[in-house]
Parts: sequence; structure tokens; C-alpha cells
Amino acid sequence: MDAIADNYQLIAISFATTILLFLFASIGSLLLGTLLVAMRVGPVAVMRRTAAVYVTVVRNTPLLLILLFFSIAAPKIGVNFQFVRIVIPTGWGDIRMTNAFAGAVVGLTLYTACFVCEALRSGVNAVPLGQAEAARAIGLPFGGVMRHVVLPQAIRAGLPPLASTQIALLKNTTVALSVLVLEAAYALKQLLDANPGDRWWLLVAFAGIFVILVELLSFISSRFERRWRIA
Amino acid sequence: MATSVLFDAPGPKTVRRHRVYTVVTVLVLLALLALVVMRLADRNQFAGDKWEVFTTPRYLDFIFFKGVVPTLKMAACGILGAIVLGLVLGIGKISEHQWVRRPCWAIVELFRAIPVLMLMIFFFSIYGIYHGTSGPFWCVVWALSLYNGAVLAEVFRAGILAVPKGQAEAAYAIGMRKSQVVWIILLPQAVKIMIPAIISQMVVTLKDTSLGYAIAAPGLTAVARPLYLEFQNHVPVYLVLAAIYIAINLLLTAVATFVQKRFVGERKQLQVAMVGEAQSERSTGAV
Repeated sequence: MDAIADNYQLIAISFATTILLFLFASIGSLLLGTLLVAMRVGPVAVMRRTAAVYVTVVRNTPLLLILLFFSIAAPKIGVNFQFVRIVIPTGWGDIRMTNAFAGAVVGLTLYTACFVCEALRSGVNAVPLGQAEAARAIGLPFGGVMRHVVLPQAIRAGLPPLASTQIALLKNTTVALSVLVLEAAYALKQLLDANPGDRWWLLVAFAGIFVILVELLSFISSRFERRWRIA
Repeated sequence: MATSVLFDAPGPKTVRRHRVYTVVTVLVLLALLALVVMRLADRNQFAGDKWEVFTTPRYLDFIFFKGVVPTLKMAACGILGAIVLGLVLGIGKISEHQWVRRPCWAIVELFRAIPVLMLMIFFFSIYGIYHGTSGPFWCVVWALSLYNGAVLAEVFRAGILAVPKGQAEAAYAIGMRKSQVVWIILLPQAVKIMIPAIISQMVVTLKDTSLGYAIAAPGLTAVARPLYLEFQNHVPVYLVLAAIYIAINLLLTAVATFVQKRFVGERKQLQVAMVGEAQSERSTGAV
């Protein structure tokens, strides 16, 4: 127990970093994923092909390999994030957002975007063709078909898998441990090494916080689902 | 694209517009490609000595036996453990007894919410450190088994529930016991539906073996370091390793698609929700 009481500052800082990683990568992956899905389901064949290749390549590559690429290989060809150097001083220690952090955000964004794309695409695919045909048949213009018929159904169908991608992203932030971002898994590793007697307590604490964060995300998603559910 | 829910078949004007878009996209892609190639050439990444290692038999052996083989071994052990665990938990979750169902449900939810990497680190600190080179290997296998077992439990449950109700009723009617119904009637039929989902999970497992890097486990990700330290070819190494991972995963995916077509037909692959109450509600509602 002492290990947790003595190091609550480190734990808090590390989870703050985890949450920041998640927030940045979440916004990035949602934007890039939306762009990808627009290309993926759009009418231009070249764009469709491009997005499909991107998704296939990236989602079959381990996330760690992508992060290591940005941390080890990319600097060799002049791609680095040295210009990122944000340190937020708090009473409990600094939250450091440096080149390692930025590289991890970029890697997580690129990786998660392809899952976001697939989630949204499954939403669009879930809308039966007849819905759009019926909407056109009653004379709705393209904008009307989208706004009143297709998109409302697509968003409802796409929300649960979309939430899954974001929950996976939250858990995947731990992979940034291997590129030396001081996030939750890094802190856990340090504390496990330093406090062999308290290993089980440390696991319980860290796993517990993660379970809470994951449940929070899934609670938010179920709220949206409930709000948008058709009676 | 006459079959899209989003668009009508394009008219002549739209066809022309799409042609413009196509040209623009191709130009942008070519520009990006040129940028990457120029950057790589600029930093001398195409030099023969940076790539030669991938045609040298001695190093190919090294990549294969120190990289591919341990990765496949870890993935295979992990998925085996996951199947056993998933079977137990999945059947436990549909048990009629609350004292079996509740703990199984809790275990599944717990291990799906904890990041695999944290489990690995933890196992490493209580076991791996003390067991030399094989320690990290087993830590990876256990962590993968627990996580994927929890995921597969959902697959097994959904698969068993997807077997038509009449099958179980008929089995009970001819006097079979509960365990007989599950093992002789339900599971054999469910396996057929579940195999593609299990193979998809193998792709996830295979990718996750790379996480062992953090606890010094062997594998394809770990062979990068000795290679780039010797040849200073950081970029080629990571590109080639990614290509190997992608090739193995695409192979697995192809097998999954084949099996799906062969055994399941047009029906959609079993979808497994991630974590949380909303999802489990829905997945019970679906079957």
C-alpha cells in the first residue's frame, strides 16, 4: 500500500499524460478517420482505392512498430518533433509534452484513424439501399437524402463500433511506454521495479483506474446511444 | 456507383467532375510519393549497404529464426491459451447458475478493460525477471491468453447462442443432459460460426506479440535493434519488418475469409463488442 501512498503524485502525473495522449490522438484520429471514410465511400475510384490501401496497410501493422518508426527511424530522415516542447508545471511535478509525446500522438492518430474509418464505414453500410432509393423517389434532393434519411441511420449504426475504437485507443496509449513517454504503464513499470513488495497493490490500483476510465468512455457512448435511439 | 446508398449513378456533368477529382488525387499522391522518395534519397536511404542485409542469407536466417519464429510461437501459444480460457468463460457466462455466471462475467469485463501491456509488465515483474530468457516469452503468452481469452469468451457465447433454439430443445427432448447438449449438440455447430472470428482474433494476437518489446521478449520487433545498430539502416529495417507483419496478417485474413465462405456462407462474421454495459446489452439483444 505504501508504494501508492508515497507515489500518488507520480501516478497522477502519469495518468494525466495518458489522458492527454488519448485526447490529442482521439481528436486527430476522428478527423483523419472521417476524411478517410469520406474517400473510402466516395464516388471517385482512385480515392476509394487510396483509402482502402491505407487502411489495409496500417491496420495490419503493429502499433508499436509505428511508434518505434517515429521514435527511432523517422529522425534519421529528418522527421522529428523537436519543435514540440511543452512542459506544464504542476505542484506534483511536470507534465512533459515533448518530441516523444508528439511522436506517440502522431503514431496513435495514424493507427486509430483506420479503425475509425472502418467503424464509420460499417455505419454507412448498415443503411439499406432501399432507404436512399425511397428518399429519392419521394423527391428529396441529395442534401435532404443525406440529412434526413441516410446520415441519421448511419451515425446510429456507427456509434457503438466508433466508441470501441476510442476505448481501444485509450488502452493503446500504454504502448507509448516503449518510446519513453511517461504515461501510466511507464509509471507502473518504474513503481513495480522500485517496490517489489507492493506489486499486487500497484496492479490493482493501475488496473482499477483504467477500468474506471474505460467504463467512463463506454458510459458516455451508451448515453449518446440512448439519446439518439429511435423510440 | 449505382449500388451506393450515398450516390445516384452520375450524370455527364458529374462524371466530368469526378474525372477532375481523380486527376487531382493522382497528382497529390504522386507529389507525396515524390516527396517521400526524395527525402529518402536525400538522406541516402537507398544506398545498397542499407538494404543488402535483407538479401544476405545469414541475416535472413537471423530475422526468420530470431524474429518470425518466436513471434509465431508466442501468437500460437497465446491463441491456444485464449481458446481454452475463452471456452471456459464463454460457457460459464451462459450458465444457469448465478454463482458461475457472475464471476465469469466479471473476469471477462476486467481483462477486456486492462491494457495487455500492463498485464505483461506485471507478469514480468512477478515471474519474468526471475526466469532468464524464457521468462518474458511466457509473460507475453499469459497476458495475451488472458486478454484474448476474455474477448473470445464473448465470441463463444455469441456463437453458442446463435445456434437455432430448436437444436437444444430437440436434444433435451431425446433425454440428453445439459453437458451433453452443450458438448455434443451446441458446440460443434457453434464452432463453424466462430472459426472466422477466432482467426481474426489471431491477427490481433499476432500484432500484440510485438508489445513484448517492452519486457525484452523475443520477436520480430526485437530483431530491429541489433540490425540497425550494426548497419545504421533504421528506416529500411522498420519498413521491412512492417512488411513482414503485414504479409503474415494478410495471409491469416485470407484464411479467415476462405473459412468464412466455406463454412458460414453469406452470414456476417460474428461481431464482438468491446467493453461496457451498453454493448453487452445489445449483443444479447441481437441473438
